[in-house]
Amino acid sequence: MRRGILGSIIPILILCVWETLSRTGTLSFDAFSRPTDIASALLSSLMDGSLLVATWQTFESALLGLAIATVVGVLTGALLGLMPTAERITSPTIEALRPIPAVAFMPLSLMMFGFGVGMEASIVAYACVWPILIVTIGAVRAIERRLLEVAEALELSFPARLWKIILPAAFARINVGLRIAAAIAIVVAVTVEIVLNPRGLGYHLILAQQSLKVGLMYAQLFWLCVIGYLLNAALRNVGGRSTRMLGSV
Amino acid sequence: MGGASVQAFRGQANKMPPAATAARALSVRGLRVSFGAESSGGRTILDDVTFEVGDGAFLCVVGASGTGKTTLLRALAGLVRPSGGELLFDGQAIAGPSRDRAIIFQDYSKALLPWRTVRGNIALSLEARGVPAKDRDAIIDELVAKMGLVRARDQFPGQLSGGMQQRVQIARCLAQEPKILLMDEPFGALDAMTRQSLQDEILQLAEEKQMTVVFITHDLEEAIYLGDRVVVLGGSPATVIETIDVGLPRPRNQLTTREDARFLAYRHRLFDLLTHDQAGAAGLAARSPAREA
Repeated sequence: MRRGILGSIIPILILCVWETLSRTGTLSFDAFSRPTDIASALLSSLMDGSLLVATWQTFESALLGLAIATVVGVLTGALLGLMPTAERITSPTIEALRPIPAVAFMPLSLMMFGFGVGMEASIVAYACVWPILIVTIGAVRAIERRLLEVAEALELSFPARLWKIILPAAFARINVGLRIAAAIAIVVAVTVEIVLNPRGLGYHLILAQQSLKVGLMYAQLFWLCVIGYLLNAALRNVGGRSTRMLGSV
Repeated sequence: MGGASVQAFRGQANKMPPAATAARALSVRGLRVSFGAESSGGRTILDDVTFEVGDGAFLCVVGASGTGKTTLLRALAGLVRPSGGELLFDGQAIAGPSRDRAIIFQDYSKALLPWRTVRGNIALSLEARGVPAKDRDAIIDELVAKMGLVRARDQFPGQLSGGMQQRVQIARCLAQEPKILLMDEPFGALDAMTRQSLQDEILQLAEEKQMTVVFITHDLEEAIYLGDRVVVLGGSPATVIETIDVGLPRPRNQLTTREDARFLAYRHRLFDLLTHDQAGAAGLAARSPAREA
């Protein structure tokens, strides 16, 4: 609690100085707004629902893309982690595909899916799959060999081995990859919306800028900061909880 | 189990030498295990290992550390492929791991699932066997009581002492209803008191369930105390250098059995064998580092 109070000194100070300077006219660029204007823009866009709709649209694409990347990345990563030969065969291909910026696929994705969730989610998935894949390969390789031998000795089927041994044993490390990927998912989704896709927070951001609603633009930036923070906190919580859930059979 | 071994016996009847009329749970003939090609730094761990374990018998395997005891046990479990020779269990060639052959690892802390409770760890075997969820609790309760784990039932392995963790591993192996227990220095990392009480418990279990046991140890007294027969591995690559039939009466007793003159004579014999073997292997060991921990 005390940390929270101490930590909020700087933001509050900045806001006070900012408000004062813009009221006295010292700060009068077009790119600046007043904290009070930003607050009222935030409040009104929350009240009329436009911000929440845009948030949902961004989340829809980001989470769908993240979900696809998680399924593909974890399954492929688990297989490659278990089979060193397959990993050696695919590794050059992975290293060649990985550095391509996901946003470079925007034109292609637009041709394939048109405007909407599909194109945005596919780009998010491409961006997110790599960190998940690479972290999963490492996590599965680091699993205690004894546990895999226990699974073998019990003649567990491959799906049972994956579900009961491999995923729980690798979960803590895979979860780190998921959290990195979640942050990437929001960044990529908003980028695609700013550049191309007429929906979501990114699109509203560029719309506010073009119609010179600077206060609204700041309000949306602040909002992005809040939801990014909440998403990370939620994933951290899910991580701890599902580890405990895996514990109780 | 009876049916299976009778069948196996019939199948083997023609090939078996006439002397082998008793039921054989496990038979190892000319076993050879090599890792990698000799040319590329690989080496042969076991060569021409031959012995038999009768149904319901307790066999102990001793040998200096690094001899290949663990490799032998892993071959019996099906975790290591033999490079030559024959491994038969109940008359069938061992081609891979099977729930019929439970292996108990020395490093219990690595063999238990740290994210599952004691109950969950035992349940793993039941899940593997396909026991319906509603029937699992009763079986777990029985095993937990048998292994003295009642109070630890809902704790995680990390919260338990070494001895308790090894009990959990044994309970999990019993839950898979094996025909044979393969134990790899299971009590090697435990303190003397815990080791002795677990020795007596495992003897009682084997007696009660008429279980065949292959027990690896580097502790000669433990081998004599537990076994009906002690097989000594030695040389490099290792082979059976001696087999001792332990003629000590059962049930065995930690005090009287260990004070028996025959016990001491067996111990003397084994000790001589192993010190000679080690003296001979010292030169070899210096050149090829042991793979076994």
